[in-house]
Amino acid sequence: MAEELNVRRLLCPLPVIRTQNKINTMTSGEELLVVGTDPGMLNDIPAWCRINGHQVLDTSSQDGEYRVHIKVQHS
Amino acid sequence: MSQSSTSHQQPVQRKALALVSGGLDSMLAVRVIQEQGIHVEGVNFYTGFCVEGHTQAIRERDKNKNKRNNALWVAEQLGIKLHIVDISEEYKDVVLNPKHGYGAHLNPCLDCKIFMVNQATLMLNKAREMAGDEGFDFIITGEVIGQRPKSQLKWTMPVIARESGADDRLLRPLSALNLDPTLPEREGWVDREKLYGFSGRNRTPQMELAKKFGLTDFAQPAGGCCFLTHEAYSNKLADLWQARRKRDYELDDIMLLKVGRHLRPRPHFKLIVSREEGENNFLQGYRYQFPSLEVVSHGGPLTLVDGEFESDEDLAFAARIVARFSQGRRAGEVVLAYREPNGVTREITVKPLRPDEIKREWHVGEHRPEIPPAPEEASSHG
Repeated sequence: MAEELNVRRLLCPLPVIRTQNKINTMTSGEELLVVGTDPGMLNDIPAWCRINGHQVLDTSSQDGEYRVHIKVQHS
Repeated sequence: MSQSSTSHQQPVQRKALALVSGGLDSMLAVRVIQEQGIHVEGVNFYTGFCVEGHTQAIRERDKNKNKRNNALWVAEQLGIKLHIVDISEEYKDVVLNPKHGYGAHLNPCLDCKIFMVNQATLMLNKAREMAGDEGFDFIITGEVIGQRPKSQLKWTMPVIARESGADDRLLRPLSALNLDPTLPEREGWVDREKLYGFSGRNRTPQMELAKKFGLTDFAQPAGGCCFLTHEAYSNKLADLWQARRKRDYELDDIMLLKVGRHLRPRPHFKLIVSREEGENNFLQGYRYQFPSLEVVSHGGPLTLVDGEFESDEDLAFAARIVARFSQGRRAGEVVLAYREPNGVTREITVKPLRPDEIKREWHVGEHRPEIPPAPEEASSHG
């Protein structure tokens, strides 16, 4: 079960910063579901995950909300 | 301290922390140092005044523009880790009271650079405390002498190094040959001869270096990547300070300065009128913090009220202005809903103002108001 992180109304790069700070408190194997309203997060959070080695399981958008599902993988 | 390398010891892997803005210069600075076998990680600071992304995310007409974060893009292209740090709260002191003053607008570029290098120095020191030689050895920036009129000059380079506390652990790979050798050069961690001596506003050397490295896709914002270098934005911030009789802001204030048409018809209130659907949606989220006016009899913009109405006349006057920007602008009567942040709502019917009744001087951003003294100056005067 993924933990949910609410970044609604926050604009880039705050969704990435909140995701980064949250993941830094999590352990490898845990999952995080980030939910926000800035469409840029669908580019930025996966880019941040690629740089830092975390796995993006899924991205989606519906009714003006965007979701990124991440599996934490600390190197 | 000297480089330790013997026949049975691996040389120490030197590490640099780079200030990555997302622009070409910091990208090149990283590549130059990577070429010398140095491990580089990036740091990008969020001040709240960053240009990229925000208006694109808000405005409907910009929805299809590329929404990438340039710092992340650069980090990915260079194969480096990027630490993005929210310094928006601490950064207020830089904007409100810059020791070295403002540039052409409310851009405190020199203080800003000192502050950012100082933040990077604190990160470097912390990493060295925790990991010793496994931590970072020096800091790099993409600064080029003469590139920016306020912060990147021959005399500001040592000021930044000294006042940030980085001292000679601060290396500018693109302009190093115009400056005294720094610790990484003297210790032989980097070969000074493979650094550059760029100066001035001519971008040709950077373009040629980018080509040499095979870099073809990079951001080059004309006025830098900070809203404080924009005249209209700075004027709006000055207006905010003047209206509040002090230099201060919250993050929401500086976000809202990026959105909508700002009109100040009276000194004690300002109207933030959305210009299109995307801005309307964005301003909706602030209706729990600010009173709002919404046209209900016709199509029209959502408007936030920053300040307080002193009377019902103020409310009616504001409603007539908002009605002017609605589809009922030529109607005899327009009905608006005035909503308090707690949700209490009442309707008001007004006649829209005529176009010539909207005064040009109400448009915030077109002129630069006087700004109140800095917090420190204010307290020292009384």
